Amino acid sequence: MSVLETKDLTKRFGDKVAVRGLCLTVEEEEIFGLLGPNGAGKTTAIKMLTTLLPPSGGSASVGGYDVHRQASEVRRVIGYVPQLLSADGALTGFENLLIFAKLYDIPRSGREGRIREALALMGLSDAADRLVRTYSGGMIRRLEIAQSMLHRPKVLFLDEPTVGLDPVARDAVWERLGQLRDQYGTTIFLTTHYMEEADSLCGRVAILHLGEVVALGSPADLKGALGGDGVSLDDVFAHFAGADLESGGNYREISRTRRTARRLG
Amino acid sequence: MRSPEHGAPLDALDNRQAFAPAAFFAATGSFFFKTFVITELEIRRLSHDFTELITRAVQPALWLLVFGEVFTRMRAIPTGNLRYLDFMAPGILAQSVLFIAIFYGISLVWERDLGIIHKFMVSPTPRAALVLGKAFSAGVRSLSQAVIVYLLAFALGVHVRWSPLSLLLVLCIVILGAAFFSTLSLIIACLVKTRERFMGVGQLLTMPLFFASNAIYPIAIMPTWLQVISHANPLTYEVDALRGLMVVGGVNTYPIGLDVLVLVGATVLLIVIAARLYPRVVA
Repeated sequence: MSVLETKDLTKRFGDKVAVRGLCLTVEEEEIFGLLGPNGAGKTTAIKMLTTLLPPSGGSASVGGYDVHRQASEVRRVIGYVPQLLSADGALTGFENLLIFAKLYDIPRSGREGRIREALALMGLSDAADRLVRTYSGGMIRRLEIAQSMLHRPKVLFLDEPTVGLDPVARDAVWERLGQLRDQYGTTIFLTTHYMEEADSLCGRVAILHLGEVVALGSPADLKGALGGDGVSLDDVFAHFAGADLESGGNYREISRTRRTARRLG
Repeated sequence: MRSPEHGAPLDALDNRQAFAPAAFFAATGSFFFKTFVITELEIRRLSHDFTELITRAVQPALWLLVFGEVFTRMRAIPTGNLRYLDFMAPGILAQSVLFIAIFYGISLVWERDLGIIHKFMVSPTPRAALVLGKAFSAGVRSLSQAVIVYLLAFALGVHVRWSPLSLLLVLCIVILGAAFFSTLSLIIACLVKTRERFMGVGQLLTMPLFFASNAIYPIAIMPTWLQVISHANPLTYEVDALRGLMVVGGVNTYPIGLDVLVLVGATVLLIVIAARLYPRVVA
């Protein structure tokens, strides 16, 4: 059964169309990747799916609820890890989780257990009582995933989950995401501009270019369509999105990404 | 194309089931629970690091020690039977709370840049609870100002009312004042979105709010046009309430009920506006 569905989902900012007629179906327990260069419309798409932005046209449902008309219901069944590093550095890891356990109405009796379980799954049990500002970038990212899964969401959205992380931290995040899916049957919807990430993590990917889906399928299928052997997902990407990888991004986005990277440094 | 949720301040109440009182109370209870979770977040932050609160003692100290002492000797401002220092102490308390609360919205800009606010917006928390929780957070922070001003007032021989009831009511008014001006600040943050513009607007507002009020001189000595503005300024009602409650011989210009009514009414109005504007922050 599909847990996420979009029909002609569109977002316009003035005359600019950020996402144009997006049609996607994601099945339960799938790991689905939205691929594209900066400015392709990935973040805008994920913001509409997580109820942060009202669509300008079309519709989308998550967990059976319409993201626009039933936003409150959608919020109960999704988790969201924004692109920026968003854990609160002035609190401990445990406190970060406690606040969200309360906001997600996890009953008092079960709170501590849930929090300990999430910390263990993300490999943060030992760091629970340290202030988050002393964490490494990879630890912060895993803490954020822990925060977003406390209420056992049906669908977990991650916007560029490994941007700015070193390869070791990145591998750890991938591994934990896989475990999360296996253990709780969580559907994972992520955006990325790393081909490697899509290749190793996602069952299916959609390549987004200037707000439109230009290719959709499993990484293997997409590679096969270009002639099989020796084709990397980078080649697929260059083929469908054009070689023009510098097409997107604006000053603010770039400065945010750099700032995130600096916080991790 | 408007989602009902984007407009309604209490989206927990949207699932109303034909006026069932139990459901209504559950939704209201949940609303205030979430509000206090947002405030708890701020208290936990402060409990790890409260150095910021201490540096804020400087400003009210300067006003009371320098400005207050000089003007008390000059006897330039008619304050009835009150010594000038006694007259201005409640005004300086209100002012120091105003100066902090009016810049509280910068935390929203900051949280937006870090992505913290996005996660709160995706959680099933009513927008109005996010705003009210922040308003109370500013209220909690302002309590340190109250402590500082009381210590200074005591040191300078201001005739402070020490009865527990007076102290409690003063704290309530201080929290209310902080809640009002911090919500105003959150609204500004929702509209301007960047740190630079926010600081500009904040600077622009503080001094007019302060000088067009009864904080350091009575309204009666103002020119008429300024009196009109002062009567529309919520700070005037905050100071008026504090003056009656905080110092011995302090006289209210208005009944205290009116002061409280104006402050509560204005705060509720701003909370409703801010809850509607809040989704803009992440758009």
